[in-house]
Amino acid sequence: MLKFDNVSKRYQETGEVLRDVSFHLRRGELAFLTGHSGAGKSTLLKLIAVMERCNKGSIFLDGENLSHAKEKHIPYLRRKMGFIYQDYKLLQDRTVFDNVALPLVIAGFGHQEVGRKVRAVLDKVGLTGKEKKFPLALSGGEQQRVGIARAVVNKPPIIIADEPTGNLDPDLSAEIMRLFENYQQVGVTVLIASHDISLISKMNHRVLKLDHGQLVTR
Amino acid sequence: MNKHPQKKRPQTREIKTPTYKPVKSDVRPNTVAGGGFIDKANAYRDLHAHALFSSLGRLVAEPFSSIMTIAVLAIAISLASGFYLVLVNAQQLTGNLEASTQISLFLKEEVSDNRAAKLLETIKSNPKVQQATLINREQGLEEFKTYSGFGSAVDSLKSNPLPIVIEVSPKNSLTNKDDLEALQHEFQQNEGVELAQLDMLWLERLQSIIALGGQAVSLLNLMLGLAVLLITANTIRLELHSRREEVIIAKLMGATHAFIRRPFLYAGAWMGFISGVAAWFIVTVLMLALRSSVEHLSRLYGGDFHLLFFSFGQTLQLIAIAIGLGVLGAWGVLIYQLQRTKPE
Repeated sequence: MLKFDNVSKRYQETGEVLRDVSFHLRRGELAFLTGHSGAGKSTLLKLIAVMERCNKGSIFLDGENLSHAKEKHIPYLRRKMGFIYQDYKLLQDRTVFDNVALPLVIAGFGHQEVGRKVRAVLDKVGLTGKEKKFPLALSGGEQQRVGIARAVVNKPPIIIADEPTGNLDPDLSAEIMRLFENYQQVGVTVLIASHDISLISKMNHRVLKLDHGQLVTR
Repeated sequence: MNKHPQKKRPQTREIKTPTYKPVKSDVRPNTVAGGGFIDKANAYRDLHAHALFSSLGRLVAEPFSSIMTIAVLAIAISLASGFYLVLVNAQQLTGNLEASTQISLFLKEEVSDNRAAKLLETIKSNPKVQQATLINREQGLEEFKTYSGFGSAVDSLKSNPLPIVIEVSPKNSLTNKDDLEALQHEFQQNEGVELAQLDMLWLERLQSIIALGGQAVSLLNLMLGLAVLLITANTIRLELHSRREEVIIAKLMGATHAFIRRPFLYAGAWMGFISGVAAWFIVTVLMLALRSSVEHLSRLYGGDFHLLFFSFGQTLQLIAIAIGLGVLGAWGVLIYQLQRTKPE
């Protein structure tokens, strides 16, 4: 599903951030991406989101080479990924419903289908009845569940989460992780960047550890 | 209904030897909404309708800044269209005058009324002449007293100093300047005529002044159009800046530039539309305020000059140009800014 092939990324200002990174996440696999800050985690995620291009190597998503993707195809590639952020990145002036509906509206679904899919996914993440609320009226855990609902509503084959539990207490974090496992079990590939070692060690999943831009465990 | 493209594939599918594969082939079908053509068309229409109304909603949500911007736009557009209307009216004025080209024959002082009447008959029989009227000395004096404002000064004169005048209107077909001059020359040869004056020079001058005015108005309107363009562009730039977060999130969710641009383009169109309509009102009100004075002036000159307002077609044109400038201004800034608004 996601394959890195000798990927290197160098910035003019900071030098080489990723060096010869290779790994392969299979369909339905859940993996953690860890490493000290500055190890290159966020750069790696940016490469997947095609916010940056790698200098060397290739990245394949579902058989497509991201590193050669044309500018105008990037939006369509991004629709295959569901992104989840530490700060949720919700639109504060839109309701929960509108936030979750955004990817569907972007993909061009009609409003009946949007309504049906949004209600289904809100039900799944346990936010039934909160669709008319604004994000600020929700707790941190609930906001993150809105973020997850938005990421999965268009059924992307891969979910990429950047420190999804960074702002949450351990109980809520565990709850969010269970949600990810649910999606993994139905065949979605999940990649979670996190430095919450205790949480990671409690869960029995593959760990990709970055150290100074190099992958030390795969 | 709920068939997701991914599910069609066998779960065990894997990439064995990843070779470069053109992205184009596989991307689109999986990542745009399913459903038939009608569904998609409806969804597309919904998107446009939503962009249309949400952009208006945003203008209304911040009335103060919207009104300020629209007022500036409306003033610029009303200046431009006002200049244009003044020009159109001036052209109408010279059009009226052109039809009334006249040759005035000032007769020699010794010519008697009888001889003048005979001369009038010969002139009238000239095939190039449409009409000729004789103004005798007394009529001339009366006219002079009425229109010149020197009535009392004329009263103090012992004898009438004015000559007999024959006003000749050449045939309407005679619009060529050379032909008119030939006719003037022909009259000048007549021994009773002191001076045959073709009232054309001042008309030519007026026409060239108006032509110059036309050029000036075109240049001014170009500048005002540019101003409208820049004002909209700057407003949209600020709007884009304040919605940067939203733009970045939409980009990460796979929004195309067209999707992101759409509400901003509609915002530009709304600003253009509203300020175009406002400009129409401003110009029309100003013209109404001027109408009575203009028509009074026109009556003084004995003309039948009526102030021209915007026709229906011109009104549509005005609003269309305003919308076009709004969209164009928004477009320009979006092309430039969206490339730079990259997710961080």
